[in-house]
Amino acid sequence: MSLSSRHLLGLKEVPKEDIQLILDTATTFREVLERPIKKVPTLQGKTIVNLFYESSTRTRISFELAEKRLSADSINFAVSGSSVSKGETLKDTVKNIEAMKVDMIVVRHACAGVPLMLTKISNSNVINAGDGIHEHPTQGLLDMYSIREKLGKLEGLKVCIVGDVAHSRVALSNIYGLKTMGAKVSVCGPSTMIPKYLDELGVDVIHNIDEAIQENDVLNVLRIQLERKAREYFPSIREYSQYFGIDRERLEKNGKDIVILHPGPINRGVEISSEIADGSSQIILQQVTNGVAVRMAVLYLLGTLN
Amino acid sequence: MKLVLKNVNVLNPNQNVNEKNVNVLIEDGRFKNIGKLTDAEMKDAKVLELDGKYIVPGFFDMHVHLREPGREDEETVVTGCNSAANGGFTGIACMPNTDPAIDSAEVVTLIKKQSANHLVDVYPVGAATVGRKGEVLSPMAELKDAGVVGFSDDGIAIKTASILKRSLEYAKMFDLPIIEHCEDESLAGGAMNESINSTLLGLPPIPSVAEDLIVMRDILMAEYIDAKVHIAHISSRKSVEMVRDAKKKGIKVTAEVAPHHFTLTDDAVKTYDPNVKMNPPLRTKADVDEIIKGLKDGTIDCIASDHAPHSLEEKEMEFEYAPNGIIGLETQIGLAFTELYHKKVLNLEQMIEKLSINPRKILNLPIPEIKQGEVVNLTILDVDSVWTVDKTKFKSKSSNTPFDKRLLTGKSIGVINKGQMFFDGKFTKI
Repeated sequence: MSLSSRHLLGLKEVPKEDIQLILDTATTFREVLERPIKKVPTLQGKTIVNLFYESSTRTRISFELAEKRLSADSINFAVSGSSVSKGETLKDTVKNIEAMKVDMIVVRHACAGVPLMLTKISNSNVINAGDGIHEHPTQGLLDMYSIREKLGKLEGLKVCIVGDVAHSRVALSNIYGLKTMGAKVSVCGPSTMIPKYLDELGVDVIHNIDEAIQENDVLNVLRIQLERKAREYFPSIREYSQYFGIDRERLEKNGKDIVILHPGPINRGVEISSEIADGSSQIILQQVTNGVAVRMAVLYLLGTLN
Repeated sequence: MKLVLKNVNVLNPNQNVNEKNVNVLIEDGRFKNIGKLTDAEMKDAKVLELDGKYIVPGFFDMHVHLREPGREDEETVVTGCNSAANGGFTGIACMPNTDPAIDSAEVVTLIKKQSANHLVDVYPVGAATVGRKGEVLSPMAELKDAGVVGFSDDGIAIKTASILKRSLEYAKMFDLPIIEHCEDESLAGGAMNESINSTLLGLPPIPSVAEDLIVMRDILMAEYIDAKVHIAHISSRKSVEMVRDAKKKGIKVTAEVAPHHFTLTDDAVKTYDPNVKMNPPLRTKADVDEIIKGLKDGTIDCIASDHAPHSLEEKEMEFEYAPNGIIGLETQIGLAFTELYHKKVLNLEQMIEKLSINPRKILNLPIPEIKQGEVVNLTILDVDSVWTVDKTKFKSKSSNTPFDKRLLTGKSIGVINKGQMFFDGKFTKI
């Protein structure tokens, strides 16, 4: 079995069999991560560049760990300290990196479409680690992996994505991936944070968080990006957490234990209370562990494709 | 020098001229005779065998960005004029968002001087406000005397309703139009049209209502002041509807559309090619359909390219970082004939009105006539020529076009104006 594409740019075009293959392969690597020596020689001799044009802690470390555990040589390229600050264009940077004979590029960029652009100027396998407010496919995959791990399946599940859907790269990847795998997807958030035409994707839009809890098996609670523009889209943090935040009271009121995912980093007390975030039934930290396994699977499957 | 255009069809709806298979004698830049020529008249003349091509009043593009002064690396007055001639235009109006802006007689004079000896007539559009900042009226009287044909803060709309009101009141004294880039500032700043595609592509959206709001404001203000407003590069369904209604009421509003807005939809953005990034952005099929309807019923008066040269390195950037705009002078005639004439939206007379006559009317410029004794200002048109766009052959200094390699039907094969001819890729004195 192998993947049908040599890049992972988003989950929009990825067929069910490929997602299945990635998740199954991740299960194998998940087991490796529990071993005393968490390393396999699979990608020995491959060179992977982590090209991060936007600050990221968890995604970058997760990729880096995944690369190291597959025995690949990895290089980190972050914006500060590189030639970008001297005004070099993206195209020149990528051409230069490629001239150093790399095999794969993991890219994070504030602009949508950059991973696709890279496939046109480079021969490496390109993996999207988040582009603008477009896609973040490995996050989508690790979310699906975590749901499957917890509930045993994806097909037929009802999953609601909660929060700032309009400014999220996680939302779209979740919507595509989950729908491909046969889950029913809805979104819940203030109407200013839901794109105007989202329903055309076959996604239900609701604005009542209690209804979301009642109707769904899983909530994937997005981070409110307080440091970005998001702050202009609702009246106050207080109002947001009152009407869309999730805490024990709200869950108890609805009499329901529900699986809650969060891509992190969490704004404790805004979209989700500490109690819920740390609660034993939640899988937020497992998501992080699973993230490494899923990224190992993606790197392995793409890196051994040729 | 004597020049004979042999076997041409002469068409000028403005004079009700429509003659087939005639010979045209041009001497010292004027029409000497049109019809059957005697042997004596043909003697010593340079003869162009045109075999049923049309000659029409020279095409005019009323929305061109020359980058001089300021960004001469992207386009100069002369390269822009070369591009216009190659595209089939004998006249252009150039927009004031240069650096410095066209807000003083000095800049107008510079542009006039640079284009003085060129075949193509260049008419600058003055800034409506100083530095296009929307604060203080530009010296409109002085600009008018220096030769501007309208006022605009193009690139952005005139900032506030109050300065728009004063601009219209003041420009009305000279009977010159205010040309508006219609976009509400508070809704601006996105990278593409707001639609399902902006969601799918994760690009920050510009809603069409940003355009509609300013079109509405401008129509109301034009009615209130009873002054002329010209809507530049109209792109949204609702805006076309509003202009249609306003015209019915007798409000002095006119509108232009750029070829990309009737040729492409925002589906084209799926490639993330910065050469489909422009402002106003490509819209949806419903918008394109309404534009086609507006062209047909006369709501949209003319076609203008919004020729916007940008350097290669700027257009090779990330989509969201790349500047807005594409060049259009050398693809405009081909796109217009392919999409409008050959698809039977407009007939040949209407095409000429929208590409030659109406833009001059909007700017109060004389319309070239094709008759004995008149100065020659014409475009030679081959409506059935099938050709492939090749950006490496452009005369423009820039090459930012999404239409490279596109197959088009209909093109200009030459232009004559100011005693000069551009034909076969060369300028000659006639």
